[in-house]
Formats: sequence, C-alpha cells, structure tokens
Amino acid sequence: MKHVDEFRDKALGERLFARIAALVPRAQRRLGRLPVSRGGQPIKLMEVCGGHTHTIFKYGLVGLLPEDLELVHGPGCPVCVLPIGRVDMAIELARMPGAVLCTFGDALRVPGSELSLLQVKAQGADVRTVYSPADALTFAQHHPEREVIFFGLGFETTAPSTALVVREARALGVPNFSVFSNHITIMPTLRALLESPELSLDGFVGPGHVSMVIGEAPYAPVAEQYGKPLVIAGFEPLDVLQAIVMLLEQLAQGEARIDNQYSRVVPPAGSLLAQAALREVFEPRASFEWRGLGSIPSSGLQLRAAFAQFDAERRFQLHEAQVPDPKACECGKILAGVLQPWDCKVFGTACTPQTPIGACMVSSEGACAAYYNYGRLTTLRQKRSSTRA
Amino acid sequence: MPERSKPSLQSKHSSHFARIERARRKPGRVQGPCVDLAHGGGGKAMRDLIDDVIVSAFGTDRQSLQDDQARIALAPLMATGDRLAFTTDSYVVTPLFFPGSDIGKLAVNGTVNDLAVSGAKPMYLSCGLVIEEGLSLEILRRVVGSMAEAAQAAGVTIVTGDTKVVPRGQCDQLFINTAGIGVIPTERNPHAQGILPGDVLLVNGTLGDHAAAILLARGELQLESAITSDCAALHGLIDSVCGEVDVHAMRDITRGGLSAVLNELAMASEVGLVVDETALPVRADVRGLCELLGFDPVHMANEGKLVMAVAAADAQRALALMRAHPLGQDSAIIGVARDNLPGMVTLQTALGERILDMLVGEPVPRIC
Repeated sequence: MKHVDEFRDKALGERLFARIAALVPRAQRRLGRLPVSRGGQPIKLMEVCGGHTHTIFKYGLVGLLPEDLELVHGPGCPVCVLPIGRVDMAIELARMPGAVLCTFGDALRVPGSELSLLQVKAQGADVRTVYSPADALTFAQHHPEREVIFFGLGFETTAPSTALVVREARALGVPNFSVFSNHITIMPTLRALLESPELSLDGFVGPGHVSMVIGEAPYAPVAEQYGKPLVIAGFEPLDVLQAIVMLLEQLAQGEARIDNQYSRVVPPAGSLLAQAALREVFEPRASFEWRGLGSIPSSGLQLRAAFAQFDAERRFQLHEAQVPDPKACECGKILAGVLQPWDCKVFGTACTPQTPIGACMVSSEGACAAYYNYGRLTTLRQKRSSTRA
Repeated sequence: MPERSKPSLQSKHSSHFARIERARRKPGRVQGPCVDLAHGGGGKAMRDLIDDVIVSAFGTDRQSLQDDQARIALAPLMATGDRLAFTTDSYVVTPLFFPGSDIGKLAVNGTVNDLAVSGAKPMYLSCGLVIEEGLSLEILRRVVGSMAEAAQAAGVTIVTGDTKVVPRGQCDQLFINTAGIGVIPTERNPHAQGILPGDVLLVNGTLGDHAAAILLARGELQLESAITSDCAALHGLIDSVCGEVDVHAMRDITRGGLSAVLNELAMASEVGLVVDETALPVRADVRGLCELLGFDPVHMANEGKLVMAVAAADAQRALALMRAHPLGQDSAIIGVARDNLPGMVTLQTALGERILDMLVGEPVPRIC
C-alpha cells in the first residue's frame, strides 16, 4: 500500500493546494477576468472522468479549493450516461426465456423507463454480476443450453476487454454467447461539449484509464482547434491536484497543450494492442444516445459485421427504443458545467441515490450522487458563508 | 421335575411390546445421506433428525424436549440485573463455510453480540433451522456442531428450537434464525441516544475482514489471500470495559459497516460524528482488496467488531481495557462527537473532510 499512500500524502497535498491558490489569480488575470469577490467569473475546469469525480469527493478536495476555481464534473461515468432506452433493451434481453444477462455491478440500479435490472432480477430474470466479460464467456461455455449476453459498458477503458472476449468467443466457437454493446468513446463527446454554445470551460482534467488505451494524440484538437489545455491525470488525490496545477500553469502562461501527469501509467502512444483489438472488433455507430446529452455522432461502438453472430442487437433483433430523459432533470446542463447539482429542483428531494431520476445521481461517480453522498458538507458551508456575506 | 410352564400368550406379547416400546423411546437415528422432505414432516423422521443431529450436539436435556417451550427460572435472572434484553436475527450467508467461521458460529455469535452491546449478559438462545431438501447430513452436522461449540465458548445455552425442511430451490441450503435472551446489569445503560458532544468513539479492531473473507470465499474474484472472518462473541470484551467505564452508546458493526452504525447513532443522539479516516484500523490485505474493487472498508460488514462512545475523560482507560482483551488488540480511537451538524457523520480524510453516508444497497465494484 506504500505506493498508494505516497499519492495521498498530507504535506505534499498542502503544498499543491498552496500552489493552486497562488496560480488561480495569475490565470484569472491572464484570461482577463475579475475575481469572483469583485463580480468576476471563476476558472472552470472539467474533470471528464467519473473516477476523478469520485476521488475529488472521496478525499474532500472540493472544500479546500479557492472560490475562484470551480470543478465541473464531466460525463465520463459510463453508467450515468447510459440512456433509458438502452436500459429498457437490456431488460428485454434479460427477460427472454433461457437468457442470462451478465453485467458489471454498478449497472444494476440504473433506472429504465419503468424498472431497473435489479428489479427485473427480483422478478425472476437471470441477471448476474460479473467482474469481467471473460467471466460471462466462461459461464456460456459451461452452460451451452443458456443464451448468455454480456452487457458491454464503458469507454475505451473497458471496451478492449470486451473486444478480446468477442474475439475469443469466435476462436473457440461459443454459439450461445453475445454482447450487448453500449461502449462509447471519449473524443466525440468532448467535441460535443466543446461545441456547445453554453460552454464555459477553461480546461480539462483528462481521463487516465481511457488514455492508457488511446494515448495522447487523439486529444490534440482540444488544444489546437478549441484552444483549451488538457492534462491526462491519475486517480489518486495528489494526481488530481497536480493536474489542476499543470492546467493553471498553462492558463497563467496563456498556453493550451495536451500534457500527461499520469506518465507512470499512460504511454504517449497508449496501448497499441488494445487499439488493434478495438479496431478489429468494433466500428463507430452513426450516432449514440447519451443520457443528459442527447445524440452524439460517432460516439458509440458496435460490433463489426464479421462478428455479427456475437452482436446481441442483431441476433435478437432488438429495436432501439428512444425514451426522453425525465423533464425535471437538469443533468444535461450539469454535465456541460452550466448548472451545479444543487441548482436542480429535484436534487436531494425527489432525486436521491435511492431513487435516481437523472443520469448524474445513478452511480457514485455521477456528479449529483457525489455531491449528495460526500459533498453536502461543502454545499452547506458555501450556503452558510454566502448567507453570512 | 415340575413341568416347565409355557409362557402365556399374554406375557409373550407384553415382552414384545416392552421391547418395541423401549426401542420407540430410544433416541432416533437418521438414515440416508441427506435431509429429505420427510425430515420436516413433523413425524418420526423429524424426531430422528432432531434427536440424532441437533439434541445430541446441543446436549439438550431430553426431558425438556417434552414441552414445546423452554422454561426459564426468573430468580437467577433477577439476581443478574433489572432488564431483559431480547433479540433475533436470521443468517443466510453463502457459502456456508468460509475462512475463519461458518454459518453456525455466525448464528450464535451474531445474536450474542446483539445482546451484549446493550451491556447484557447473554444467557439463552433459540435455534430455528430452515433446511433445503438435499442438504447433506454431514454439512448439517458440521454446522450444528459449530453452533454448539460457539455456544459453549460464549457461555450461552441453546434451549429451544424449530426445524423446517423446504423443497429444493425454496432456500439456499440452510438458513438459521437465532433469538436470544440476556440480562442487563442495573448500572449499565448504553443506548443509541446516549452520545453526548465531546464523547470519543472507539472500535475494537480492523474493519471489513468478514466481508472480504466472504467475497474471497465465493471464488468469483479468483484471488487468494489469508483474510479470515472476524466472527467472534464480544461479551467478554464488553464486560471488561463496562465493568470500569460508563459506555454511553455501543453497537456491533455488521452489515452496512461502520458508516451505517455511525449514521444511525448520530441521528438517534442528534450529534455530529467526525471520524478520522487515517485512524481507522484496516488490515493491509483488506485495504488492497478494497483498492482493487473500489470498495471502502467503512461500508463493509464485520462479525466481531463494535463501536462505542465514552466520555473523553474515559477514552484512554477504555482503550487500554479493550487492547488488553484478545479480541481488542487492534482497538483504536477513531473519532469524536460534536454538537455541530447534528445527525451527520463526516470523515476527515488525509486531505479534506467529507460526508460519510450509508450506502444505498450492497457495495458493488465500480467499473472504472
């Protein structure tokens, strides 16, 4: 555990907080903004990945940042952005006679239009939690009489393992195994955010695990085309703080580049093997629906025609059901950094981790769930200080 | 020579009857390799099962079985204290056997602990078994033997019980319910509303061991480790502290982990609780498992751990008493109560402070 503890060190953390406090006013001056206390706008940095959101809240970092720096919690939580229609499709698969739906545990509670997988399981559908798609394939081999469907979820982080298992299923000839792919890719989503007219972000804490697969190059347009800095970061609290320092340094210098804070894990070129597996098995869909963000072109991955027999959507002739997000939900604006969770009317009342309405409340990595579970303290303090002021 | 008299028809019959009657009164023996539905039917097969497997293990007084209830004399109870503690719990763990313990030991110690955290001296338990048809007798004997051993070690007697057998698929091998009675000595009164601002929180050892042991025993993770369940009866440790220190509140930390217990206590006592994350005792291998799966030891189940609140002036004495007990060697002071933010539990991490709420459901691994 020594390796982990080094990245949670209190003294080093305090030095990074001090550095952040010193850099924020310099970055604000460079961006030509007044401090918040004089009616200006804070610097807004988005951590794209849900893993970062989790770290920021789990270690209570938000309360220690200056008021002129705001962290916006991005869409990089694959469970949260799974739209209602796709959950309904998974439920339809799980309810087929003889079917076994294998899923990662955190997808169980995602609400569909009426039920979640957990509720469908309680009603008798065979839904099983697995830790890897390989477990689902092994189960299929041992139970040739059952149709075993793996609920494929996640960005480029988890998609390669699904690709490898699909390849293996073909090599071994496992006829009763298929994948319901909901895999998504990060860059089209970042582009959609960057092109949003409401965008007010100054830089990005870039995803660590995704970058381990795709490397640094795909992010180039963020800096070159949109003029925003992005720093790929690890998931320990000091990783996130250091990435924030690196972003502020760029902003203070008036620069925008792609930097890599997480070089101990992320090679500049990523993983060539994983990229090859992704290319071989998957191709981009024309567009894919995101909870809270709507339809984003080329953001979803589907199995290529050569693997059609392992594609649950083709095999069971599923039809995509598009179900609109609940009206009261402000997830789209929260994911884009326009609103904060407590600006939403249903936050913490109708919408809680027990009864999530919107995407951001579903998984512990979602912005609203993180605020609800860990961050109410910060919100309380902010509210108290604002009433005092 | 006198003519040898032939035994009369009547006396011949009566000796047969006597033999048969003697046989009928002998303790029964179970036939066959596993429990079947007849063993739950209320007839001879069930009596055989109870005689052979349960009564023999628990050493129950056979005469007491003739009535449908245990009869407990009041006088010795009243000499021990002024209130009864009464509790019940059901045990449905899979697998039935896991490193460090099994469902039987758990069913005894869990109920003993539920009694003991009231300050009570645990005395009598009941044992309800719900058995799935097909359960091997060998497994049943092992579980019941383990219950008997745990009861003896804890100084409690299993005095009444019930056995049901359900068709295959209607339960998972074996479910156990135990209820327990204990007596609370007059001077003791730890209770959920008892925490005062300024009180200090202590735990008696490492968190999450039981949940980690179960998770690994299920074999889905394909990991190996030396983690064992912490299943233990805590009344000895509790006695050693309560004898000298006024314990304001006390709970055993089971399902839901430390976070669930502390949130319940904070709301009941209307105090804020602040926990120092760096002071929480956690085994290195349990921490490693949590890091790997995205779990948090504060949400994980234990079966031999408790948290107590005592006045700040008593904290060091309580800590020393706990550490002197074999089940409290890793005891630690983990936090304090304050009047700020009543009902809320916060965690002081290595870097900042955050809310520590209960989990909604079971902990699930995060996917990335």
